[in-house]
Amino acid sequence: MVSHDIQLTDTELDIILNDLLELYGYDFTNYSKASLKRRITMLISNDRFPSFAEFRFKLRHERDYFNRFIEKVTVNVTEMFRDISFYKTLRNDIIPVLATWPMIRIWHAGCSTGEEVYSMAILLQEANLLHKSLLYATDINPAVLEKVRGGIFPLSQMKQYSENYILSGGRKDFSSYYTAKYNAAKFDSSLGKKIVLATHNLVSDSSFNEFQLIMCRNVMIYFDKPLQDRVLHLFYDSLEMLGYLALGSKESLKFTDINKHFTQHENREKIWRKIS
Amino acid sequence: MAHKNNTALLVIGGSAGSLAVVLKIIPLLEKDWNLSVIIIFHRKASEETTLAEMLSTRTAFNVKEADDKDELVPGTIYLAPPDYHVLIEREQVITLDDSEKVNFSRPSIDVTFESAAQIYGNKLTCILLSGANADGVEGLKIARSRGAFIIVQDPACAEIPYMPKEAVNNVAIDFLLTDQNFEVLKNILNR
Ligand SMILES: C[S@@+](CC[C@H](N)C(=O)[O-])C[C@H]1O[C@@H](n2cnc3c(N)ncnc32)[C@H](O)[C@@H]1O
Repeated sequence: MVSHDIQLTDTELDIILNDLLELYGYDFTNYSKASLKRRITMLISNDRFPSFAEFRFKLRHERDYFNRFIEKVTVNVTEMFRDISFYKTLRNDIIPVLATWPMIRIWHAGCSTGEEVYSMAILLQEANLLHKSLLYATDINPAVLEKVRGGIFPLSQMKQYSENYILSGGRKDFSSYYTAKYNAAKFDSSLGKKIVLATHNLVSDSSFNEFQLIMCRNVMIYFDKPLQDRVLHLFYDSLEMLGYLALGSKESLKFTDINKHFTQHENREKIWRKIS
Repeated sequence: MAHKNNTALLVIGGSAGSLAVVLKIIPLLEKDWNLSVIIIFHRKASEETTLAEMLSTRTAFNVKEADDKDELVPGTIYLAPPDYHVLIEREQVITLDDSEKVNFSRPSIDVTFESAAQIYGNKLTCILLSGANADGVEGLKIARSRGAFIIVQDPACAEIPYMPKEAVNNVAIDFLLTDQNFEVLKNILNR
């Protein structure tokens, strides 16, 4: 459904953003306004608020409702082996280079429920590198991190994921990685052992380590250009020399001056290497 | 005709059976027109990576698959990428959004019609074409209420009439596109 009784105005959006900053310390002012307005309008309509004022009141006064706000307004859609050609490039070109480091540290920034992290763990295990890797999985939304911990994904998705896995170069029987129970696929706990979870807000938190690969896919599309630029500087500061930065398939470094320190992978996948 | 606008943005939405019509619309566009175009096709991620290339052989406009934060430049057609909704920012910049499907579709035509209407109001023209899904109809209603000019393919001329028929039955239409009146469409877009 697209028709909403209450359509948030620009002024109301600004009021909400200001409340969030003042009361909860979360800064959404540099998020894409078009997307935020749509998500908040949907939330107001789903939760059946009779007016904007009532929505605002609840958001200001109930911490639990603020948690719900974060869960509903951030977009947590994700997939395993999302974008076949991207994962093929990771497997064939990037992982063999990562293998040359004594220790591999990977940061999944905006990891959502972890499908991307488990995909990476599978690639590393198949390359016999998981034992010397650490996968830092961070997100602004603590609720999704709980799911990463479980490593349990909907069974209904496995056919699609198995297809993605095979098409991106996987050779095993994908179902050997999980056990099916009711509607759920529980991934092998050996895959989860190297995953380190933490809430981390790309808007306000700083660099916490140096990595050989940072994946931040389909997260910065929700930010405006100035915030994208700031976050890309944070990634630059968090990458080792010759480390890689991987973005979503419709994102780029073209709006930031940091791009002069990077070179794009030769097959034009959205993977850049820090060269200076 | 209900009202006169001066179109700055044209959004075309189409599903099954709409490509052939788009191939008749885009040759009408002339290079110096002060107009940007967004095309929302329902398609799968695995299909037609060369669609933009193919379309560009049929029009004087530049054609590109939209990237996040692309500026809407006149003389350019932006094709919605598979698996993303296309939203428009106040600064006339595209934001891609991979949130839940709408009407089983991502990209959804409703989402872009609505978002474009909020920014462009009566400077927007929407065209809804052939398809087997009701995506686009709600968006047309919202666009209409914000003053956009509404064009729907005549269901009698559509390969799959369901989508345009739903539109004709539920929204006030400014112009019905048939197989015969593409020249009129050209005049509408060029005023
Ligand atoms: C669409 S998901 C992308 C998941 C995965 N990377 C992929 O491409 O499939 C976007 C994620 O970014 C997170 N996110 C949004 N704003 C964030 C911020 N300021 N800091 C960290 N994560 C954020 C959301 O909570 C959500 O889980």
